Amino acid sequence: MRQRHTHAQRRSSVARRDLPFRVAIRGRRQHNQGVKIAVCVKQIPDPANPGRLDADGKTLARDEKLILDESDSYGVEMALQLAEAAGGEVVLVSMSPTGEVGGIRTALAMGADAAVIISDDALAGSDALGTAKVLAAALRRTQPDLILTATESTDGYTGTVPAQIAELLSLPSVTFAKSVEVGSDGLLVRRQAEYGYDEVACPLPAVVSVTAGVVEPRYPSFRGIMAAKSKPTEMLTLAGLGLEPSEVGWTGARQRIIDVSPVPERGGGEICEDDGTGHERIVALLEELKVL
Amino acid sequence: MSVDAELADELVAAVSTWVDRDVISQSRALEQADEFPQSMFEQMCDFGLFGATIPPEYGGLGLDAITYARVVEELSRGWMSLAGILNSHKLAVAMITRFGTPEQRSRFLPRMLDGSFRASFSLSEPDAGSDTRNIRCRAELDGGEWVINGTKMWVTNGMRSSLVMLLARTPDDRITCFAVEKAPGERSGGLTISRKIEKLGYKGLETVEMSYADHRVPHANLLGGDKGMGEGLRYALSALELGRVNIAARAVGVAQAALDAALAYSQERETFGKPIFAHQAVQFMLAEMATKLHAARLMTYDAARRYDAGERIDLEAGMAKLFASEAAYEIATDAMRIHGGYGYTTEHSVERYYRDTPLMIIGEGTNEIQKLVIARRLLERMRERG
Repeated sequence: MRQRHTHAQRRSSVARRDLPFRVAIRGRRQHNQGVKIAVCVKQIPDPANPGRLDADGKTLARDEKLILDESDSYGVEMALQLAEAAGGEVVLVSMSPTGEVGGIRTALAMGADAAVIISDDALAGSDALGTAKVLAAALRRTQPDLILTATESTDGYTGTVPAQIAELLSLPSVTFAKSVEVGSDGLLVRRQAEYGYDEVACPLPAVVSVTAGVVEPRYPSFRGIMAAKSKPTEMLTLAGLGLEPSEVGWTGARQRIIDVSPVPERGGGEICEDDGTGHERIVALLEELKVL
Repeated sequence: MSVDAELADELVAAVSTWVDRDVISQSRALEQADEFPQSMFEQMCDFGLFGATIPPEYGGLGLDAITYARVVEELSRGWMSLAGILNSHKLAVAMITRFGTPEQRSRFLPRMLDGSFRASFSLSEPDAGSDTRNIRCRAELDGGEWVINGTKMWVTNGMRSSLVMLLARTPDDRITCFAVEKAPGERSGGLTISRKIEKLGYKGLETVEMSYADHRVPHANLLGGDKGMGEGLRYALSALELGRVNIAARAVGVAQAALDAALAYSQERETFGKPIFAHQAVQFMLAEMATKLHAARLMTYDAARRYDAGERIDLEAGMAKLFASEAAYEIATDAMRIHGGYGYTTEHSVERYYRDTPLMIIGEGTNEIQKLVIARRLLERMRERG
């Protein structure tokens, strides 16, 4: 059920579909084992360093140290808060073509309990759908009650992976969450919208994408950093997930990168002389930008 | 405990990220208001910094001196006072760990882990600093308790701390160390915060004068037990060896901040149609600043590594403190000169670096005393070699 929080209320619903994990969740909750939350995380080149392209000139070079995508840190924080409040565990799921784990360790140091990493040479070049297939296959094995993701990665920006994962797993998908509550009947999500927020009720399991900035990601404690190395980390290959190399990577990608060009230089902006009507021009500009 | 290099880098990087994101932007306003940085202090507690050097058997992380020095450097790059909040606590931890009885270690160290029970260090008096023979604060035994009378100066964190490592003269006319428990605040038993000392820099945390009037301390709190009678100065000077490495690390952190600011500003500010970085005079200054900073950092790390290897480091710690503090003062001054008039304003942080760096020259034994220590130790080494 969705409630739009504006003057006029609108109701809609998220379809309850065939839920493959429902039995597992009921069992776990009946045994008071708490909620199992999977967070999909991505490791990306440090945005603080100048980006480089691979030799093919079409993809970002990832041969240096990778870090946890900051946009994922909000999902990790939200998952930790939910698990702390309701009891349960947080499992990270990540695709790491190069086998790099530095960024995942950051999330483990924040407090996540375990990680599942899919590393395989054949993953290089995967598009959004290929990525979603791999993550969905790993999530199917992990059987979480709730799957959190960022709304989009900082290096890829497609913003489609969360919905694709939900579709592949036949799970409800709620996007742009600003808050998530886990109740006995399922989830209550406040979903950010231009006009305010929607309240969306939805059964579990579900895939929820978390908007950046809605929680304050904690810094890992020294003890957390020291413990991260010894936390359970499962390394999987495509074969281990029952996926064929042809489904992912360059060969499986239905998206082709035709060309990459530099971002145009920023323009000089518009300078308005204030002849007493400057405020009107500012208001008009903000309206144009749909800020007002 | 030695920390592997990769893990040490991760620990330091966590602090560094926090400093970049949350400390640098907020420190100027807090410093100018001379306000205790409560939220920064809480984050330092959350990191686990107060228990970082406590041995694992007492619940700490057992962090080595070199990693701790790098953490101090990062904190100081953001705001040197943050390292000050930590430093007296670390001195107390080192003294209790090294010289406390097993009972004292078990009683104090587990309480010192999370920042809720913090320690200060109290050696100096109005007429006794580096000249420790002048210590007049007295401790007299009375019915199984020590009765303390006297006045102490320059007690950093004195008001907010729950434990004071106090050096006092006992009836044997020697100096003995007492772990004085107290309630945080202005008064606790016969102990009073008689004055908050206003300072040129090093703001945000309190440095106080502390008066004792018949303040009673249990005999069980004499550091080291009966064996500790008259050993206070030796205990304190031993802890101050490590303290000097940390002072050097603070100097390196502030100097790095000053160099970073100068390097950035030299590329923004234009004179005679080009950025001032293009002027050779400015390039020469930056080159010398960076070279001094590099040397100071290497000396500091070297002293810390030797400490971790179990070596006596009075010579190297003294040299690191002497060199790094003088270098930091010079680098901060040069950073201000590169900023020109703007550097003299409170709109830029370089004026704070300029006010903060003299503390490292004067604190934990003045640099003049360091030179005496260094010279004496040189002579000893020469004689040891025969």
